[in-house]
Amino acid sequence: MKIHIPNSAFLGNIDPFMRGFDPSSPECLEITANDKWIAVHPAVISMIAALGLTVDAKKIRCQRFEATSRHYFVRMGLFKLLNIPSDIVIQEHEPAGRFIPLTQIRTSDQLTSFITEMIPLLHLQPEQAKTLGYIVSELVRNVLEHAESEHGAILCAQYYKKSNSIRIGIADTGLGIKETITRSHPAETDLDAIRLALMPGITGTTPKEGGTEQNAGAGLFFIKSIASVNRDFFIIYSGAGFFKLLKKTAAKNLRLKADPFTDRHSADADMPCWRGTVVGVDITLDQTEEFTRLLDAIRETYGTAVRERRKERYKRPRFT
Amino acid sequence: MITIKIFPRTGAFAENKDVARELRVKEILPALGAGQDVILDFAQVDAATQSFIHALISDLIRKQGIGVLDRLEFRSCNDTVRKIITIVVDYMQEGT
Repeated sequence: MKIHIPNSAFLGNIDPFMRGFDPSSPECLEITANDKWIAVHPAVISMIAALGLTVDAKKIRCQRFEATSRHYFVRMGLFKLLNIPSDIVIQEHEPAGRFIPLTQIRTSDQLTSFITEMIPLLHLQPEQAKTLGYIVSELVRNVLEHAESEHGAILCAQYYKKSNSIRIGIADTGLGIKETITRSHPAETDLDAIRLALMPGITGTTPKEGGTEQNAGAGLFFIKSIASVNRDFFIIYSGAGFFKLLKKTAAKNLRLKADPFTDRHSADADMPCWRGTVVGVDITLDQTEEFTRLLDAIRETYGTAVRERRKERYKRPRFT
Repeated sequence: MITIKIFPRTGAFAENKDVARELRVKEILPALGAGQDVILDFAQVDAATQSFIHALISDLIRKQGIGVLDRLEFRSCNDTVRKIITIVVDYMQEGT
């Protein structure tokens, strides 16, 4: 596999980075990087870490990082997690208020501890902490429950002072969305599977409305809704499918869409195959809507979506 | 009537579905089975995920019918928790 860290890759311009990923020869990994300056979204770092964990550390070839910002990758814990040497010297800073370094989560209890420790680290207002905790919990639990990934969920996050935003990236190298969603719902392509996974009430664990005792099929819809209401980017990449919720202008009414393809978005069904799932989310803290208002909108959209699906399944008697 | 306090099991953010399942299977279901009504006390819980609430109550509604809500009381819920519970109860009724 080959992955190149470009000069810039945030959710708005991450597509070329994804397209440049070469998944061939999965037994080894070659990491190269722009040698001038690197500024990337945490999703990029989580992806590289997740890939690296699938490969014997001896088979990771990492180009010497020359970029001025190379220390960032040490701070985020990339080399440490992958157990590969680095000659980049840094002064360790207290991470409070700035970033959450790469973290690998493999169990439910690890996730609960992580969330408890993470929130105070970022010094957020209660409403913002609620939103962030919600996103991390739902996304990581998705990985733990569905992905069957040997390495669990890999995540990291960064606070950006200039935009007053938090950016989060979560990656896994598990089954991918298509394999899990098609256990209960037909989807021809990875992108079709992503579309289904983002709809409220659709889960791979059952074809029935209302889900199972443990799964409702609502987690990703909630996360996409949080991003949509806050007018932030949200991406999901699995197999060859890639969906990006684009930023939109402010609206008076919180209107959510049950079908992600009716949101303002871009999509690609032919990306290099990512064996697993990657999710990236931005949360602009200045415009974080009150969580309870968001829940009102979710309730309305969810109910309408379920009622419409019921109507579609409703069979009328045939009179001849 | 028994009261189950959520906070000592989850902390201020109720998100661990395994804890929700354990509460449902080991405490709520046996109490309902014994003819007792159940109070779920969310005092000090700031937020809960939809997944947590789903794991806590959806199977009760699915298996015992919506009438089970007459025997469940959700106490001391703040706005967020109240709305999440309402979303789960709504879609469990819409979908059946």
